[in-house]
Amino acid sequence: MIDAIIGPFIEFSFMRRALVGCLALSLGAPPIGVFLMLRRMSLMGDAMSHAILPGAAIGYLLAGLSLFAMSLGGFAAGLAVAIAAGLVARSTVLREDASLAAFYLVSLALGVLIVSVRGSNIDLLHVLFGTVLALDDAAILLLAGISTVSLVVLAVIYRPLVLECFDPQFLRSASALSSPTHLIFLVLVVLNLVAGFQALGTLMAVGIMLLPAIAARFWAEDVSGMILVAVGIAFIASVSGLLLSYHTGAPTGPAIILLCGIFYLLSMMFGPRGGLLWNLVPRKHLEA
Amino acid sequence: MPNREPAIAFHDLTFGYDRHPAVHHITGEVPRGALLAVVGPNGAGKSTLLKGIVGELSPLGGSLDLDGMKKSDIAYLPQQIEIDRSFPISVFDCVAMGLWREIGAWRGVDAKRDHEVAEALARVGLQDLGDRAVGALSGGQFQRVLFARLLLQDAALILLDEPFRAVDSKTIDDLIQLILSWHAEGRTVLAALHEIDQVRAHFPSTLLLAREVVAWGETRKVLTPANLAKSRQLVEAFDAHAEVCEREQGERERRPA
Repeated sequence: MIDAIIGPFIEFSFMRRALVGCLALSLGAPPIGVFLMLRRMSLMGDAMSHAILPGAAIGYLLAGLSLFAMSLGGFAAGLAVAIAAGLVARSTVLREDASLAAFYLVSLALGVLIVSVRGSNIDLLHVLFGTVLALDDAAILLLAGISTVSLVVLAVIYRPLVLECFDPQFLRSASALSSPTHLIFLVLVVLNLVAGFQALGTLMAVGIMLLPAIAARFWAEDVSGMILVAVGIAFIASVSGLLLSYHTGAPTGPAIILLCGIFYLLSMMFGPRGGLLWNLVPRKHLEA
Repeated sequence: MPNREPAIAFHDLTFGYDRHPAVHHITGEVPRGALLAVVGPNGAGKSTLLKGIVGELSPLGGSLDLDGMKKSDIAYLPQQIEIDRSFPISVFDCVAMGLWREIGAWRGVDAKRDHEVAEALARVGLQDLGDRAVGALSGGQFQRVLFARLLLQDAALILLDEPFRAVDSKTIDDLIQLILSWHAEGRTVLAALHEIDQVRAHFPSTLLLAREVVAWGETRKVLTPANLAKSRQLVEAFDAHAEVCEREQGERERRPA
């Protein structure tokens, strides 16, 4: 049993690399997901993950399967879509969700077009589903770097970000940090999605960001607790996803995300903060 | 209150939305330390005026002088709060945000400030609820939390937009005591209200609005039946196809669309 769990990582360096990559991802992305969920922007994360495709594709066109070019392209495309959507929402009648939908759909179509005109279907599959079992040193450094930056920046903007979620009007009236905070947060979302798409692909990247965060809502009472639980869930899902994939031959990205999904279902049923089962158990109410 | 510096001076000030003025051509001064009720029917422009003072709207015309007060000197309790009450945050943390001017984005809440927050909670009668989640409070309790936050903001100018909406009379009495204590401390307080009786009982001065100034001064002289009737008539005249207002005094020229 122990051998089945530890063995693959001892024996194969690609499994160790995948593990390091996934753990880095699990450290950076779920805290961002917690804030996306609390700001009711969960689906925005999904849209953004599609929006980075054309940038990655253009990077691929210019430099081949280059990690740096594709990441930079993806980052630029994601940020451009996020900012354009924000600007349109602020200066026209459209709400942010509608303008974001418009931009990301265009971006996605453009990305698929570019990839399929110039690359092969294999390349498209790489971009869409990631290559967690083929992470090289550069990719691991990128993942670790992004999650480090992400955690440090999140710590710096933590208080204004919580306020921006809870009472944006108060933040606007008390300080000038409202817009910068929102912008920096968007940058963090895009950065983590770029990190995620290296390993899990554009389609799955958002899964490790959001599913642990959503599951964490059922376990913790405050934001910092949710962040800890979300990171923990992402860790466990990553390790067990890698093992599942190793032993059964299932594709790794979907395996990790499916395990995150199982954690979500379990949390939804058994989580002490508003989980389904707890609501079914009749409990006597308190005095006050 | 003679010879006091004005806290707010309006010079032919107009605020509105899409070129339609919600409140226009206001000229006058609010003296430092005033306790001013802003009264008028729905649509009179009370909220708009407060939003304009706090800087959420920019003037369509005229100007506003806040006597050098900065954003952090103004505390504002809006009518349409954008607060997400399902957000997982404790009552204590919510109230502690009132310390923003002192602690900003990074400084911690030390023992002294911790004590200040506890004291503010005690003053609004919620001393035992600091650890409770904001989502678990009743409407009246939540309004008390917002007042505790205002207490900690320690602002020179306090703007309250319909602060007694949907709270019971016991809560209203407590909150009015807080407002009177701010007045006694020399802060300038503006409150948009629609209950004429509350205004008569507690507010020394009143600004009666009906998209323009109907009367402004001592409450007793402002809230006359004639003035109140006039304010109701004026508000009903809002017109979607209004002509360009000709009362401008040549400061800015605007053409019809």
